[in-house]
Amino acid sequence: MDKIELGGLVFDPAWLPKLGQGLVVTLEITGLCIALGIVLGLILAVLRVYGRGPLYWLSSLYVQFFRGTPLLVQLLMVYYGLPSWGIVLSPFVSGVIALGLNTAAYQAEYFRGAIQSIPRGQMLAARSMGMTRAQAIRYVILPQALRLVIPPWSNELILMLKYSSIVYMVTVIDLMGAARTIAARTFRYFEVFILVALIYLALVFLLSWLLRRLEERVRVPGLGMERGAPH
Amino acid sequence: MERERDTDTSRRGPDEVVLRVEDLHKRYGREEVLKGVSFEVRRGETKVIVGPSGTGKSTLLRCITRLTEPDRGRIWLGDVEVTGRGVDLNRVRASVGFVFQDFNLFTHLTALDNVRIGLLKVKKLPKDEATEIARKQLEHVGLAHKADAYPAELSGGQQQRVAIARALAMEPKLILFDEPTSALDPELTGEVLDVMVALAKEGMTMVVVSHEIGFARAAADELIFMEGGVIVEQGPPDQLFRQPKYPRTAEFLRKITALYGETG
Ligand SMILES: Nc1ncnc2c1ncn2[C@@H]1O[C@H](COP(=O)(O)OP(=O)(O)OP(=O)(O)O)[C@@H](O)[C@H]1O
Ligand SMILES: [Mg+2]
Repeated sequence: MDKIELGGLVFDPAWLPKLGQGLVVTLEITGLCIALGIVLGLILAVLRVYGRGPLYWLSSLYVQFFRGTPLLVQLLMVYYGLPSWGIVLSPFVSGVIALGLNTAAYQAEYFRGAIQSIPRGQMLAARSMGMTRAQAIRYVILPQALRLVIPPWSNELILMLKYSSIVYMVTVIDLMGAARTIAARTFRYFEVFILVALIYLALVFLLSWLLRRLEERVRVPGLGMERGAPH
Repeated sequence: MERERDTDTSRRGPDEVVLRVEDLHKRYGREEVLKGVSFEVRRGETKVIVGPSGTGKSTLLRCITRLTEPDRGRIWLGDVEVTGRGVDLNRVRASVGFVFQDFNLFTHLTALDNVRIGLLKVKKLPKDEATEIARKQLEHVGLAHKADAYPAELSGGQQQRVAIARALAMEPKLILFDEPTSALDPELTGEVLDVMVALAKEGMTMVVVSHEIGFARAAADELIFMEGGVIVEQGPPDQLFRQPKYPRTAEFLRKITALYGETG
């Protein structure tokens, strides 16, 4: 296919397959680290709200550590540090784990805020009918908290999509990595990165739209979440 | 359900003590909220507790199933000592209904699911059986047509009636009500009190913290006046209104009669 010229800029369709492969890697890393973050983040949040003793302290320490140190340091520790303990991970797996552990700490804080915003009477009512604490959390508190958490959680998802480009530092060829290789070979830095920016932008739009639909779908009828509705 | 309760009564006798509270104490920090409270409730009785704000009425109700841990004293539900060692508290709680001032319906569940959830998760009934009981109890409080509505789609009075159905569905031995109408607009208290009066007439055993004098007169077997963490005086409502032993009782009852009126 011919190159496309646009206002003095030259785009080459031959870049697309490589960018496509990079895009798949970006989506895989984002998806996996978000999934890891949700599971770990929920556990951490529940421990920070309901835990006592060591469980509480350890979960708090975890959150403080991962929010208090740079993501890049965490990634390099997983990739270059763990082998000295005999744990050797592929660049891809290192990226997923470092990003997942990191986002878990942030997600835990969003979950915790949502859990704590559920009125105390909900737990009281659940316990008063004989539910165990775990049942009350599972059937009463979390279903309400998870609905509330969608908007702030959406920000975290979008941030992770963009931050995932940091895996280039451990030689994973994601969308950003693919762009750098193409640019380095063709010297078309400006064009390649315009293209990449547009792809990220499209992804963010798509994700925001999906999450708004999700929010709408799980909305509890009658609760004041309708957009623009007076309170 | 009515029939079941009748046979129960004949088997165990109408004088069966459902709840016994003995010398209950509770302290929050330096403030002693309950300073030795004792009373008994027999099967089918309705006791109404009144008293000034901050007197420990809510604390007392929550201590009964140890939702709040009492410091001292003993509590029996039937022949189970709630304050005893190794008691299965969740089982105890499943047999005692609790109706709250601000309803505390689970906001993410429909009326039907609110009534059903305890049957499914605590009593572990099969779904169709739980659904049948839940529908019957919604009908009992006149809300069969609102089964699919979410709490936010219901009026306060309707929400409180769903909460009562939720308590009833568990077939409780006793229901505790903590100011069930005080969060409601005056025009909505009637529908809730009507349900409660009907329950009392059907033979439900109830302890009700409420300043609705009309309800106390219509349904209470005994009125308990609490102040400063102790029971000052208790007796049939008529007796307390007409010839209270203590001037404090007379004064307080006069005040709430003026505030809430004779017709609840
Ligand atoms: N969780 C708690 N921690 C500390 N103090 C508490 C707690 N719950 C209640 N109290 C205190 O105990 C006292 C009794 O409270 P309680 O709610 O039992 O009173 P009440 O008789 O129900 O009052 P009201 O009529 O206002 O509902 C109050 O002084 C209150 O501030
Ligand atoms: Mg109270």
